[in-house]
Amino acid sequence: MSESLRFSGGTSHEVTVHIDGEPMRCRLGETVASALIANRVRLLRHSPRDRRPRGAFCMMGVCQECVAWVDGAWRQTCQTSVVDGMAVELDRTP
Amino acid sequence: MNAPIASTTAASSADVAIIGAGPAGGTAAVTLRSRGLSVTLVDEAPLPGGQVWRALPQTLKSGAADRSPDRIDGDKLRGALANSDVDWRGDRRVWSVMRDPQGFRIDALGPSGTETIRARSLIVASGTHERTVPFPGWTLPGVMGLAAATILLKSQHVLPGQRVVVAGAGPLLAAVAAGILKAGGEVAAVIDQNGALDWLGASGAMLSRPALAIRGAGWVRRIVGARTPVYRRHCVVAAQGETDLASITIAPVGANGAPRPEGRKDLTADSLVIGNGLVPGTEITRLLRAEHRFDRDLGGWCPVLDGGGRTTIEGLYVAGDGGGVLGVDAARAGGRHVGETVADDARAVANRSERRPTSRRRPRFGAAMAHLARLRPAHVASIPAETVICRCEDVTRAEIDRAIDEGADEVNQIKHFTRCGMGPCQGRFCGDIVAELLALRQAGADDETTIDRARARIGSWTARVPIRPVPLDSLIGDFDYADIPVPPPAPL
Repeated sequence: MSESLRFSGGTSHEVTVHIDGEPMRCRLGETVASALIANRVRLLRHSPRDRRPRGAFCMMGVCQECVAWVDGAWRQTCQTSVVDGMAVELDRTP
Repeated sequence: MNAPIASTTAASSADVAIIGAGPAGGTAAVTLRSRGLSVTLVDEAPLPGGQVWRALPQTLKSGAADRSPDRIDGDKLRGALANSDVDWRGDRRVWSVMRDPQGFRIDALGPSGTETIRARSLIVASGTHERTVPFPGWTLPGVMGLAAATILLKSQHVLPGQRVVVAGAGPLLAAVAAGILKAGGEVAAVIDQNGALDWLGASGAMLSRPALAIRGAGWVRRIVGARTPVYRRHCVVAAQGETDLASITIAPVGANGAPRPEGRKDLTADSLVIGNGLVPGTEITRLLRAEHRFDRDLGGWCPVLDGGGRTTIEGLYVAGDGGGVLGVDAARAGGRHVGETVADDARAVANRSERRPTSRRRPRFGAAMAHLARLRPAHVASIPAETVICRCEDVTRAEIDRAIDEGADEVNQIKHFTRCGMGPCQGRFCGDIVAELLALRQAGADDETTIDRARARIGSWTARVPIRPVPLDSLIGDFDYADIPVPPPAPL
């Protein structure tokens, strides 16, 4: 995970999350949104009306910009901790 | 037949319920418990601490212990709560608060479904959210709030980007820039809406809290040491990129806080963290129809409080930044003070004696910092027409202006005309800006005194349940068609 934007901590608690089917390695304790940012995935969805590109904005569960389809439900990825084997679908149309 | 929702809902009651487990709510909980009252403390996060004292998950801890003041204070609060028998409910999303004959009824969604908490008294300690003055491109991925960057750095040990521009107003600017540098990241520039003179104006108040002033000086020393360019009296006027941030444009600002047309400059960056102050989270006090007042320096609309944190509604109290943004030290002190007031009031009720009036001075340090980060009307007036104001519904300034032209004269009418504020953030990010735009048009001026009068008249969004988005199926539970009560038909 050398090229990620993570800046400390070991790799003893690694888990794998699937982003649109692609495996992504994360650290246990991370939220899905921060794991995506750490792995430089920033385009999370398009706005419903004008289809403008959007990414995580407030990181505290207020703005709803980071919402994705996680294990069969709409979740705010900044409020959802990674779990091994989790499946995340970005930019799904409701 | 039971009410359908109650059949799947866990119910509990306490003397006092507290919503929000940051410095204010957490401290109030410990104070109340030491006075012998039963306390239920509810928060969205899995651990107490709020935003500023947010915990670092155990699995992300590295060898070197984090000795930052926020971590130490947060760990102290978490320890005190763990050693108390405060009924701690983390991972709970409060979606409804109502008055009921016994006091208050709070409905929350937790890991194992819906919960109802009843309490005689309620302390709202729900803190703030960040305000950003919109500019073209602020909705691009790669642009995020200063508070968001703080969360990434402190509780996730992740940098917001490779090459970060830190912009906006207030003390978070230096804190975030220093945090990125300390973590080994690159800060391309710091863009400060305030100038040296503005900061000098706050220096008297800063000397009232030497420890905080020294901490701030440490941040500045780190920024200077890294030779990071600092643009004082500048602001971001645009962000560019296709699907992702690539560059930003900055401009010098005039004395009124608005960007000037000359002297613009482009900077390359893959990340922009930006914030223009904090706004008190008043959805619960507005929902309960407590009285509010507009105070620009405290972040905008605030509940009317007496010195003990009492609102205009019996049994409803506010502690911390949700009552007006004054920062972490004031929030902690306020939590203790409001906790004592609630305990005194409970005893007064039991003894049928007079409630003691309480008074408290506004802390100078927090007030000076909040003043630096206040919204500038002229800055809002400068927002270009094509700029998105409401992120959720992609409503632009031009559409809001058109609604005003067509006769919308208070914020809820703008909402009805444009859908602005109707999206899933429930108007938290656009509300302050929309009201300011309307005030600017109605007042025909951009000085703060005139605009403040207009803002007080215009009001704020009507708060409604659910106060946070919740999935409908989790509220319905195992409710079925057969559970619908059918009254017997009227006799013919």
